[in-house]
Amino acid sequence: MKAYIIRRLVQAVAVCLAISMISFFLLFLNSDPALLLLPPEAGLEDIEIFKKSMGLDRPVIVQYLVFLKKIILHGDFGNSFVSKTPALALMLERVPATLSLSLMAVVLANALAIPMGIISAVKRYTIFDNLVTFLAIVGQAMPLYWLGIMLIIIFGVFLGWLPISGSDTIWHMILPAVTLGAWLLPVNMRLVRSGMLDVLNQDYIRTARAKGLLERKVMVKHAFKNAVIPLVTVTGMQLSLLLGGAVVTETVFAWPGLGRLAVESIRMGDYPVVQAIVVFFALCVVFGNLLADILTALIDPRIRLE
Amino acid sequence: MNPMISDTMPMQPAEQHGRPSTLFRICRKMWHLKMGVMGGIILAVMLVFAVAAPLIAPHDPYEQNIIQRLLPPSFMENGSDRHLLGTDGVGRDTLSRIIYGTRVSLIVGLSAVCIQVGIGVILGLMAGYFGGRTDSVISFMVNVMMGFPFILFAISLVAVIGPSLQNIIFALGVTGWPVFTRVTRVETIKLKESEFVLCAITLAFSTKRILLVHILPNLLPAILVLGTVEVARAIIRESLLSFLGLGIQPPTPSWGMMLAEGRDYMLGEWWLAAFPGFAIFLSALGINLLGDALRDLVDPHMRKD
Repeated sequence: MKAYIIRRLVQAVAVCLAISMISFFLLFLNSDPALLLLPPEAGLEDIEIFKKSMGLDRPVIVQYLVFLKKIILHGDFGNSFVSKTPALALMLERVPATLSLSLMAVVLANALAIPMGIISAVKRYTIFDNLVTFLAIVGQAMPLYWLGIMLIIIFGVFLGWLPISGSDTIWHMILPAVTLGAWLLPVNMRLVRSGMLDVLNQDYIRTARAKGLLERKVMVKHAFKNAVIPLVTVTGMQLSLLLGGAVVTETVFAWPGLGRLAVESIRMGDYPVVQAIVVFFALCVVFGNLLADILTALIDPRIRLE
Repeated sequence: MNPMISDTMPMQPAEQHGRPSTLFRICRKMWHLKMGVMGGIILAVMLVFAVAAPLIAPHDPYEQNIIQRLLPPSFMENGSDRHLLGTDGVGRDTLSRIIYGTRVSLIVGLSAVCIQVGIGVILGLMAGYFGGRTDSVISFMVNVMMGFPFILFAISLVAVIGPSLQNIIFALGVTGWPVFTRVTRVETIKLKESEFVLCAITLAFSTKRILLVHILPNLLPAILVLGTVEVARAIIRESLLSFLGLGIQPPTPSWGMMLAEGRDYMLGEWWLAAFPGFAIFLSALGINLLGDALRDLVDPHMRKD
């Protein structure tokens, strides 16, 4: 188990390094980052001075190593070009908003996905199951931002029940969280359903039935507990999906989280902030996956013996 | 092979609990087929729209008419019969722009998936067939790509290389391939152990021949099914980039951009956001349904159950 965790840890660190490298070199795709970073009216002389001051006249590899060293030792991504304050602080300021939105969405999605998935697996091939499957297909084709806009139009404009943008009160959170949750729902529902179907095929379920247990008891005690394990680990792996969804949702609802900051910074060419967010997202995703894998390995010995 | 076979195997214990009746199974199969046909029809209509847009569209999608701006759809009060889905903020016909928008969506969707398949399948074949260090390196690349939230990667890439049709296709292509690599790799590993491949190896066929003649054809069904679904995803992603202002540039009609423009009128003229979004939704739904039906036809084992 120790060897497994160490191996996975090394892999995770390597992936993070690679991502930091990509996010750094993205700047160089367009030949000269100085032109990207400076306003268009800057003269040749300004560009030279700027390059010197930023260390942009040094070899690219050296620049990357300096960039990496600053991040690791000081958490320093440089200053935002727009607000002139440290990029890391700007980013961290936005974390709670994204965290609360994502958490709310996951809770909402799973609160529906778990019962719906289980019922449709147990009552397989009934109208309910077909309806759930159909909803899942429809839901997967739904563009997240369109869903958000339609919810704004229906609940914010026509009915006037809920505020449509901003983050002043708890009411502001409802529409974005429902949007993001509704977007996660089909995937989670399918996962619960197939997890439950897998479990229902196991020998121990047949044994439980054979010894005459009540069907309800078989489902709750024997099936559900085992079916939920993959869901726990899958939720860890869904972080990437969730963060991507948060970027879109936050943009639609003007929710002041990381996603909106990312889109704004990319538009304005505020690269230090973009890099900070990319590295932060990558850390979340990679270590979320790692945690999920370790949890699975702890629960299921078949995996770590592989 | 009957796609329902895996569902009716008598030895599966779960089947004894609520096994579907024969009639029900037939209905279910019909339903599935019907949905697939519906998906096919939606895709066919899209193709016709894209190819014959100038013949079908009632108006020039670029023609502005300030007097007739923000007309509601014809079925609403004050709607004009000349503009079935109304007009936008500068008086362009929404229906015509949606019809023309099919072009961008299909071109981007299909081309991006071609790039994804190209990169993904080659890497997957190599990782699966050669194993060892090749596999480690390629799997590492897949992990890196998976750890990079797609949306951030794509938008920063487009922001750096500039928004244009080619660049969007490029961005979607180079960010979407890992899923093809994963599937190809796993299938190649399985096929490598199969007797006909072992035979080919024993006969000292060249690696290229084994990969292209013996392994690749067996992967095509899986790639086709996955590719179909990925086209839908690419269409949604293109519209997302356009929605964020990093996609197709105005005035070229693109559904995502129309949706973004419609968002500004969301408080009064809701239809400006509703229709282009519905077009995206419907095309993605159609392609997904087709993909699901293809999956059942091509390979019953891949059913999601």
